Amino acid sequence: MFDVNKIRQDFWMLQGKTNEGKPLIYLDNGATTLKPNCVIEMINDYYKKFTSNIQRSDYQLAYQVDEAYQKAREVVADFINCQSREVVFTYGATHGLNQVAYGYGLKNLSKNDEILITVAEHASNTLPWYRLAQITGAKVKFIPLDDKGRLTLENVKKMLNEKVKIVSIAHVTNVLGYCSDIKEISKAVHEVGGILVVDGAQSVPHIKTDVKDLDCDFLVFSGHKMCGPTAIGVMYGKYHLLEKMEPLMLGGGMNSRFDASFNVLLKEAPHKFEAGTPNIEAVLGLKAAIQYLQAIGMDNITRYEVQLRKYAISEMKKLDNVIIYNSDADVGIISFNIIDKDKILFGHDVSTYLSKHGLCLRSGNHCAKNLWQHLGTDSTVRCALYFYNTKQEIDKLIEVLKTTTLENCIDAVI
Amino acid sequence: MDSVKDNPILKREIIMDHYQNPRNYNLVDDNNYRQIHMYLDSCFDDIYLQVLINHDIIEDVRFDGVACAIATASTSIMTEIVKGCSIRQADKIIQNYFDMLNQKDYDEKLLKEAIVFDTLGRQANRIKCATIGWKGLKKLIDKNKNDKE
Repeated sequence: MFDVNKIRQDFWMLQGKTNEGKPLIYLDNGATTLKPNCVIEMINDYYKKFTSNIQRSDYQLAYQVDEAYQKAREVVADFINCQSREVVFTYGATHGLNQVAYGYGLKNLSKNDEILITVAEHASNTLPWYRLAQITGAKVKFIPLDDKGRLTLENVKKMLNEKVKIVSIAHVTNVLGYCSDIKEISKAVHEVGGILVVDGAQSVPHIKTDVKDLDCDFLVFSGHKMCGPTAIGVMYGKYHLLEKMEPLMLGGGMNSRFDASFNVLLKEAPHKFEAGTPNIEAVLGLKAAIQYLQAIGMDNITRYEVQLRKYAISEMKKLDNVIIYNSDADVGIISFNIIDKDKILFGHDVSTYLSKHGLCLRSGNHCAKNLWQHLGTDSTVRCALYFYNTKQEIDKLIEVLKTTTLENCIDAVI
Repeated sequence: MDSVKDNPILKREIIMDHYQNPRNYNLVDDNNYRQIHMYLDSCFDDIYLQVLINHDIIEDVRFDGVACAIATASTSIMTEIVKGCSIRQADKIIQNYFDMLNQKDYDEKLLKEAIVFDTLGRQANRIKCATIGWKGLKKLIDKNKNDKE
């Protein structure tokens, strides 16, 4: 039984915490999520009870940490349905995308090859490809979105040809929250001999992800957007691709042998990608977060979020000062603006006013600077829901949106 | 300006007026103006500022761009205050404005309508918006000084 009130008990941040003196209503889950107590306790435990480095198993304590670290890889593998050797720990989705761009792209791309992305991609799924193209002479091309900002299979197919080596797209886009049909796109990409890289930063926390079923070649995601710690992420890669891929960083922990004649023997994947002492506390914290989400059930999480979003949209539609840019999106992201005196209020003015009422929402371009021409606005306010948000919180948001005027936005600052 | 300082409704009206009808708005196509592009990485404020300095007097200041109510109004107010001032006076006004936002002592008389932002310093996340145009002017003035030296 999914019981949101019971779930909220698991979060210290939801126990009477305030924002600007008002009860905290946290609706910025696209940026980062709150952490359940079990994740925080796991991190504390690592420092309080079993601090030591991994891969130093000469003594019992280090052996235990090493075991726990490797166990985390298995938990991730089970979560996304892959082998544990296909799970590479990174600092986040950004790190993963850079690793794929340089580790795979530099080796496999040459002049006139094509990399396909869309204008809805986050900076982290855009800028590494720009640089890769600059270095290799390959071209970055944008798959057109439909009128709503959705990526369709049809439009992907129109852009595919034998020059396309990499297609890199978000499973769920961070501004509009549309879910792309990865399974079908992957088939089409493979037909022309390309690989499909999936940015799962906004999907893995919200919907059940099965990489075998999706048949994507790489999937990256970040721990902190799914109840885990910051600066930890995962890069999944099909093992035969990981084997052929170069690590972005070299150093301790990732080599087997090296000598003064410049002979270097790297470890096998995934270890060759994890140079230096990793973020052990965060790996263990991520494990706790995944186990927490699994206990609630990813399907329950999706179902609840979709219902809550539906409620929020229907309430927002009753307001005549709100423009919603993605009424029919698939997950809990709602991008909107407020109109006053026939003019769109600047997002930052709006979010400062909302903050006065305890509401935490982000405004701006949400790191997707190529998208805005498509939407016909410079920025939006983004309400990003998660499974611990409630109808009562939506009601409060609606009540405050009703009073969001230019006057009130200015009063909030002076 | 005491009356403005203690009158939140008047303060709001001044800000709204400058936001809705920004003064010295739109740029001119004239090489005698120095121009700077100011933008915030953390949000969408993105303005261009132009200044015409003759014999150490600010003869004209203009701006244009996309910015929030606070950034637009604060820049618009600034253009009115510094127009006609000597560079030394403008420097002093700018310093006083920053002092006000940093909650230090400042000379109210110099700031005229900019006094509407006297409590904005408490809203730390919006100080950047209230200073974008002012920092741009400071950079242009400093560049003018350096070029002359």
